[in-house]
Parts: sequence; C-alpha cells; structure tokens
Amino acid sequence: MSDCCGPVAIELPPPPTGTKAAGELHTIALVGPPNSGKSTLFNRLTGLRQKVANYPGVTVEQRMGRMAGVGREDLVLIDLPGIYSLDPFSEDARVSVNVLEGHMPGTPKPDAILLVLDSLHLTRQLMLAAPVLALGLPTIVLLNMSDLMESRGGAIDPLKLAQELQAPVALVSATKGTGLQAVTMFLNRQGKKEELPKLMLPVIGNAQSTHRWAAQVSSRTGYRAPLSANATRRVDRVLLHPVWGPLFFLVVVFSVFEVVFSIGQPLSDGLQDWLGKFGTMGAALLPDGWIRSLVLDGGWKGVTSVLVFLPQILLLFLFIGLLEDSGYLARAALIADRVMRSIGLNGKAFIPLLSAYACAVPAIMATRTIENKRDRLATILVTPFMTCSARLPVYMLLIAAFVPNIAFAWGLIGLKTLVMLGLYVIGFLAALITARLLKSSVLKSSATPFILELPQYRMPTLRSIGIRLYDRGRVFVQQAGTVILCVTLALWVLANLPVHGGHRPDLEASFIGSLGHSIEPVIAPLGFNWKIGIGLLSSVLAREVMVGTMGTLYGADPATQSLSLQTALHHDLPLGGAIALMVFFAFALQCTSTIAVVRRETNGWKWPAIQFLYMLLLAYGAAFLTNHIVTAIWG
Amino acid sequence: MLSELEVGESGILVALDLPAGVQNHLMYMGFVPEARVKALHRAPAGDPTVYAVDGIEVAIRRETAKSIRVEPVRTEMPVPSSAPSVSEDSMEELTSLYGAAR
Repeated sequence: MSDCCGPVAIELPPPPTGTKAAGELHTIALVGPPNSGKSTLFNRLTGLRQKVANYPGVTVEQRMGRMAGVGREDLVLIDLPGIYSLDPFSEDARVSVNVLEGHMPGTPKPDAILLVLDSLHLTRQLMLAAPVLALGLPTIVLLNMSDLMESRGGAIDPLKLAQELQAPVALVSATKGTGLQAVTMFLNRQGKKEELPKLMLPVIGNAQSTHRWAAQVSSRTGYRAPLSANATRRVDRVLLHPVWGPLFFLVVVFSVFEVVFSIGQPLSDGLQDWLGKFGTMGAALLPDGWIRSLVLDGGWKGVTSVLVFLPQILLLFLFIGLLEDSGYLARAALIADRVMRSIGLNGKAFIPLLSAYACAVPAIMATRTIENKRDRLATILVTPFMTCSARLPVYMLLIAAFVPNIAFAWGLIGLKTLVMLGLYVIGFLAALITARLLKSSVLKSSATPFILELPQYRMPTLRSIGIRLYDRGRVFVQQAGTVILCVTLALWVLANLPVHGGHRPDLEASFIGSLGHSIEPVIAPLGFNWKIGIGLLSSVLAREVMVGTMGTLYGADPATQSLSLQTALHHDLPLGGAIALMVFFAFALQCTSTIAVVRRETNGWKWPAIQFLYMLLLAYGAAFLTNHIVTAIWG
Repeated sequence: MLSELEVGESGILVALDLPAGVQNHLMYMGFVPEARVKALHRAPAGDPTVYAVDGIEVAIRRETAKSIRVEPVRTEMPVPSSAPSVSEDSMEELTSLYGAAR
C-alpha cells in the first residue's frame, strides 16, 4: 500500500559538490553496529527534519536529516544501516562501504563520521572501529548508553581509548540526550581545519585478528564490561518458555486487534461526526448548486471517509512500534522459526511478514536481512498476503455495516473482532501455503543458517514512537489529500456527466454508471454490484481508495445521499457479496506501491506480474466460493 | 559440539567449520576461538537455541551449532584478579574478554 511510503515533504537540497574549501563540512555519516542505539541518536541529532529514501538499485533504506538537534542545520546527517563489519558479506555493508568511499551515485561522500558504539559490549563493538577508522575520514567515537554502563558497574577510560584510536572519544546517552555537546565541538573543530594526527592502524585482517586487537585495546584502556542485565534473561525464561512463550505471543497478537477495535472504533466514530459537522458547516458558506455538491459530496465525503481511519492506523503502528522497539520482535522471530522452517523459510522471514501487518512496502525492503536470494524472493512474493493497514479501512467499513454486535465469553470477545482476526488468519495462511508451494518447486534451495541477535529488552521511548507515528500519520493524511482527493473528484465528475438539458444524470446513466455496468458481468458471480466494481477498479491504486470511492458514489446518489456510508452499503449489498468482498481484499494485490517496490527488488516486471495475476486469481476464486457458500447458508 | 551443550552449560569455543561467509559473520558477533559460550534458552519448539557470547545473545539453529566445536566447561572458570566480585554472568563476559586477549 502507499500510505506509508510516498514522497516526504522535506526536500533536502543536495549539498554542493565539486569545489569546496578543505575541511569544510557538508555531509556527516552515522555508522554503528545493529542494536547500538544508532536510530535513537539519529532522531536526537536531527529532530523531525528527516527524509527516508532508498539508495538507487539496492534495497537498503537511506535516512537523512539536517542536524537541527545540535544546532547545525547546515549539515546533512546520513544514517547508514546497522553493520557488524565492512566485510562485503551483506548488502548493508556493501552499501555502507560505497557511501563512505563516495561511490554511491546521488549521495555525496561524507566529510566526517560519527561512529556509535554500544559501551555495554565495547570489546566486540570495537571490531567495527578498526575498518571504519582505516577509511581515514575525521571520526569521533561515541560510546552510547554510557549511563547504563556506569550504573551497572562498568568502566572505561575515554582518554586512553582516544589515544589508542587516535580519534576523539565521547561518552553519550542517546536516550537521555547527554554528552551530545561533544558532537558539536567535534564538528566545530573540523570547520577550523584542525588536522588530527593520522592513525597507524594496528591490524586490518580477518575477523579473528580484528577481535584480538579489539580485546587488547579494551583491556589496555581499562574497559570493564558492566554486569549484564539479568532482567532480559529472566523475562526470556518466561517469554521463550515452551508453554507460556507461544501463549503470550498469541495473547499479544489478539489484544492488538481487540484494542484497535474497542478503542479505535469510538475514536474513529467521534472523528467522523466531527468531520461531518465541519463539512456541513463549511458547505453552508458555499452557494447552493454544483460547486457545493462538488466540494461536499465529491471531495470532502471521499477524503473524510478515508481520514476517519487515522486513529486505527496510528494504533496499529503504535503496537508494531512497541513490539519492535522493546526487542520482542526478535523473540517472535525465534518462536516462529520452527513454523517458518516447515514452509521452507527461516525465522528471519517472520520479521518482514509481521511488519507487513503495517505496510508491505517497508516489509519488502526489510527482507534484505535474509541472506539466501531464493528465500528472499519467496518472502517478497508472499508478503502482500499479510493484512496491511490499508486493508483496515475496507474491513472496518464492511464489518461495521454487516457483522452484528454479538459478544462471547462474558463480553470479552466480540464477533466483530473474531471476523477481523479471521481475515488476518486467512491472509497469513495464504502466505504460508504460497511460500510452501514456491519453496518446494521453483524456488527450492538448500537451507541457510539462521543467525539472529536478540537485543536486550528496552523500554520504548516516547520520542522514537512519537516520531514513527508522526511520520506515518503525515504520509497517510498526505495520501488522503492528494491521490484520494484526485480520485474522488474525478469520480464525482464522471458521476455527474453527461449533462442532459442542464440536469445531472441519474447515477446509473452517468459515465461512471455505464463503466460500472460494463464490468458487472465479470463481478456479478462474486455478489458485487456495479458500484463495488468501480471501487475495485479505483482501488488498484491503493486499497484504501476503495472507501473514498464508495463514499463519493453513495454520496453522489440522491437515494443514499443522506445515509451514512455504512447504512447505504448495508442496504445495497447482499451479505454474501459483503463477505466475499472482504475475502477478495484479503487476497488481491491492489497496491501500486507494492508492485513498484517488488519490481525494484526483483529487477524486472516478471515477478510482480506473476504475483499480481496469482493473487487476483486467488482472490476471485475465493470470493466466488465465499459468496456462494454464504448465500446458500444465510442468504 | 555447541549443539550438545544443555541449557545452562558453558563451553570454550575451539573452532568453526562453516562456509567463510557465515563463519566471518559469526566471528564478528563474537564467536571467536577461546570465547566462552553459554546455552541460555531453547525456543519453545526446541530449536533454535539462544547462546550468550561476549555479552550478547544470539539464536542459532542446531544444524549450524553442530559445526561449531567447543570444549565443555564443567567447573567455574578461573577469575582474573582485577575482576570485582560480580554475578556469574558478568564473569563470563570478563573471562571471554581476557581469554581472547591472551
């Protein structure tokens, strides 16, 4: 879907290339191992002024931002992917080396490096320092989580380490924001062209000799590893327990959906009331006639019918963010490894699949952690089956309109939640079965090792969750204000033409009506009417457009104009067709952003075309069966 | 073999017999000869297993752990004199640190 990956408003002008004074700074690179707190530091240094893009030709995400957090808006900070070494084993490391050496097209060569190391595990983290310092760029070493290290009884002599590394060293805490003045000082000193003495690197060799060097440096600088946090192990004794572990996992997943429903729905209803009143008030200021109809029925109703789902989408992203930032997502991958292996993939494929519950586009980018090419392709091909947040508006609308409000188990479990969960489950099963088919046929390969670092549990910070929600919310609203607005306005025009003797045509006789009727024979077996047909056509752009289209179509029809969209749908669509429509959305690949990202990831149109047709046929077949079964039983 | 360690047991890593790419990756995560590795948890399904090495926790499947040779450690490790009296877990980190530095 596209509500999470469109262009972002902040445009960073490319820093001037070519002639620049020696020692002058423009671009700074942030380098560090995974789980070193690099992203938190990046957010700290840049604030909200960041931009996410992709490096051309590769799948690695590029984050850039102006260093407003330390008062240096003139500098661009590039956040490189988390890497263990500069060994070109993983794509992340290859990209990092290219950027650092200035070989990445479109990305200027960095003038200085901020190297973040986790001071809780400094010995191993120093293994990255050797190759990074060997690049010869001005570098400051930031020992992150120093507050935690000290409170847990660890120690380090930063001056001695600076002497060993011939580079400035600072103790910082990204979560608390302490020690960042060292970054400012370092940057200011670079501006004054003060040359640092060149480092004579002790070893650049294989992993083992680098480790030996790192261990020697850390022991010479008086590094004492802090007490490891036993809390994580104690928690894991429960969360990885043979019985409690999987049970906890299921409870987490279920409560996410329950909360999205029971808290999100009232919020969403409230927003809908408010937006509706606002629209009526605004429309009263316009002269009665076609302009008011265009603004209110065409634009406002279409856009707001999508906007009202903002609370639910933010709640879903909040939960995914909490799971990821707390460190639980890696445990989920571990628990899922056995299941994933049975379909021929490994637990790592579970992380993209789980984040695809938010959006398939970043999830498909996240498949880069899967080293085996065929495993990766299989994961990319099944990811869009996972129920992304763009399906949520469609499901929410149809469930609210068609599923009765029945509760089981003393009111704890609602039928609406169960139907929603069922839709999530069929998507997940379709992904598993498709992966199994792919891995036992065209994408067969030998098993790849599963190696996954489990980060310490951390309390997610308000700041990083807040930035995530702000980003997603902004892109969703932008989408509603651009793509969906254009589609709904175009639909309104098509629904009100051709004009006969100064009068608007009946909806059935309009251009959109005849287009809908022309595809009706194809979709009638699924229980869909021609209005749904228009919705399906427009939702190829992005799934949530469906809801906007329905809002405009029923809003433009005098018979249903005064009804809410739920009520209008309830009267216009048989139960079989409504359930079939949800099933259709569970399987079909209606998202141009996903198709585009799959094309880029797989370097061609072959796989996205196969994927689109496969998912369309499956959706059609399943919707056909659903309609006939539901109609036979309840119809 | 690393795969033969029961949960709670530790071993000193002797050698890795894995393809170069995988082996280097593991080494950068701290699986170097002379490092002390402890089996911490098994996943609910019995595999993979979580190992503590060099202060971090890494999950590895049995099939990979089979190719990592370790020397089991039964009694407690000698503790460097400079180490404070701390919990067993942090002693492991210290010994793996000093062990590798020798």
